[in-house]
Amino acid sequence: MNKRSFTAPYIIWIIGGTLIPLAMMFYYGLTDESGTWTLQNILAIFEPGNLRALWKSLLYSAACTVVCLLLSYPIALILRNVKRAKGVIVFIFLLPMWVNFLLRTMAWQVLLEKGGVINGILSWIGLPKARLINTPGAIIMGMVYDFLPFMLLPINNVLSKVPNSLTEAAYDLGASKAQVITKVLLPLSVPGIVSGITMVFVPALTTFVISNMLGGGKILLIGNIIEQEFTVGDNWNLGAGLSIVMMIFILVSMAFIAKFDKKGEGLA
Amino acid sequence: MSSTLVELEHISKSYGSKLIIDDLSLTIHENEFVTLLGPSGCGKTTTLRIIGGFEMPDSGRVLFEGRDITNTPPNHRNLNTVFQKYALFPNMTIAENIAFGLRISKKSKQYIDDKIKYALKLVNMEDFADRSVDSISGGQQQRVAIARAIVNEPKLLLLDEPLGALDLKLRQEMQYELIRLKNELGITFIYVTHDQEEALTMSDTVVVMNQGYIQQMGTPESIYNEPENAFVAAFIGDSNIIPGFMVQDKLVDILGVRFDCVDSGFGTNTPVDVVIRPEDVILGKPGEGRMDGRVTHIIFKGVHYEMEVMAGGFEWLVQSTVGHPVGEEVSISVDPFNIQIMNKPASEDEEAIKLDE
Repeated sequence: MNKRSFTAPYIIWIIGGTLIPLAMMFYYGLTDESGTWTLQNILAIFEPGNLRALWKSLLYSAACTVVCLLLSYPIALILRNVKRAKGVIVFIFLLPMWVNFLLRTMAWQVLLEKGGVINGILSWIGLPKARLINTPGAIIMGMVYDFLPFMLLPINNVLSKVPNSLTEAAYDLGASKAQVITKVLLPLSVPGIVSGITMVFVPALTTFVISNMLGGGKILLIGNIIEQEFTVGDNWNLGAGLSIVMMIFILVSMAFIAKFDKKGEGLA
Repeated sequence: MSSTLVELEHISKSYGSKLIIDDLSLTIHENEFVTLLGPSGCGKTTTLRIIGGFEMPDSGRVLFEGRDITNTPPNHRNLNTVFQKYALFPNMTIAENIAFGLRISKKSKQYIDDKIKYALKLVNMEDFADRSVDSISGGQQQRVAIARAIVNEPKLLLLDEPLGALDLKLRQEMQYELIRLKNELGITFIYVTHDQEEALTMSDTVVVMNQGYIQQMGTPESIYNEPENAFVAAFIGDSNIIPGFMVQDKLVDILGVRFDCVDSGFGTNTPVDVVIRPEDVILGKPGEGRMDGRVTHIIFKGVHYEMEVMAGGFEWLVQSTVGHPVGEEVSISVDPFNIQIMNKPASEDEEAIKLDE
């Protein structure tokens, strides 16, 4: 046995888990039901319904990413100065991740539905019931809840590695506390922000579970459309074609993001 | 001496139950090179950080040009710091690092450009303006850190063990560089180090600290030649610290043998500590000196031999350019002006300091 044979499991994994499925996806995506080559499954993205779903997906996942960023950054800044309880606080943020993803989303369903917990509290204090579930707000809320840790962790990682001497040096050179953040901490945490954005934006862009459960099937994201082509519509070719489009979307955004995160520090 | 720049008045500081600085008062003059010298944990860095504004004293005041700045944040103090690990901003070029303070204070572009050029020239780094921080060596980063601090024209420069991470040769070079800079710029330096050689080489005034107290303050010569207590004598260079007693003025009894000395005012028959530097012990043929002994160890140190001589029940540390082999009988004598007499520790505090060292 030479050293090379140790790579066998990984080669099998790559071939069986990545290359063959990808090839299948491209085959289905670039052919029609009779097996002739066509681009119509790709071009189907330009149909009004699909285009609208893609636009909504982009909008919601962008909103989710921005909200996650705005929530995470201040926490990460605070955590920088926390010494003893830091591990506990990060742990609390991670805790929900250990609950099954579907269960977590379902919990929001129970909270937001018409006769749900939140409306129960509203009517108990004498306020009118609000329509919460099946709204864009509910979907974005669910996305933020599910993906927040993926934003917080990389930012926290990078920020807590910035030595105190750097912020002290900036302070010493005349910077105000706000300037210490904008001129030193923010630029140094770009790698963390960038990988946080990738890790939130990409899954939010393609999710169909959250929009299914909190959108009541009324709000279709691109993920829902692809899912339906496979399950309900039984049109694997179209589903695969749209998936290819999404993949290209994600690859382009990753390439764009990689420009910022040259050192890959955020993922460390 | 010129006028007062910084005054520390009765500063105390503790972390939890650990007292770091105890009722410390210190006056620093304009254009002075002051070194705070002491072992780690002696409070020297905390003292510097209190002057810089990064730590608040528990009690006491910091005066800067007569104005109370105890509660002034660092960004409003007219001083700059060179940090132990340089603390250069890794996301900026060398020039951007140097420009940082000037940009914050909204100086004109022309002014900033001129200042960068001037500062880089001052630290001999003209060609490095557009390089990144991690592409230059530790010694070069050190120079940039100094340049970044001095372009802001502070009245006072604080240096926290800035040469600690450099190798010996570079450290010696930078010592001369710092003296030159201080003389060219005419600003006051407060320098923190645990390296006694560094302190003696560069300073106008050395402040020896231990356990949060100032042990002795004075010129490098006076600190070395006339240590006031056993801690200072032991910390600065090598020394023989021998218990003895003053027989009368200018006559001391060491290990049962009477030596002439130059100190007076200790009374008669008073117990004292005697400090004799190893290079001041003169070895001769047996019977020619004040007492006889035998060489027990010898090492060659380059410039001199270092020997241990057993005489009068005490192991004397001796440095001499002439080596004597182990086992050789020798005599010991000391010139009167090389015998330094110190009071025995009187207070409990001083006693504690001595025991802890």
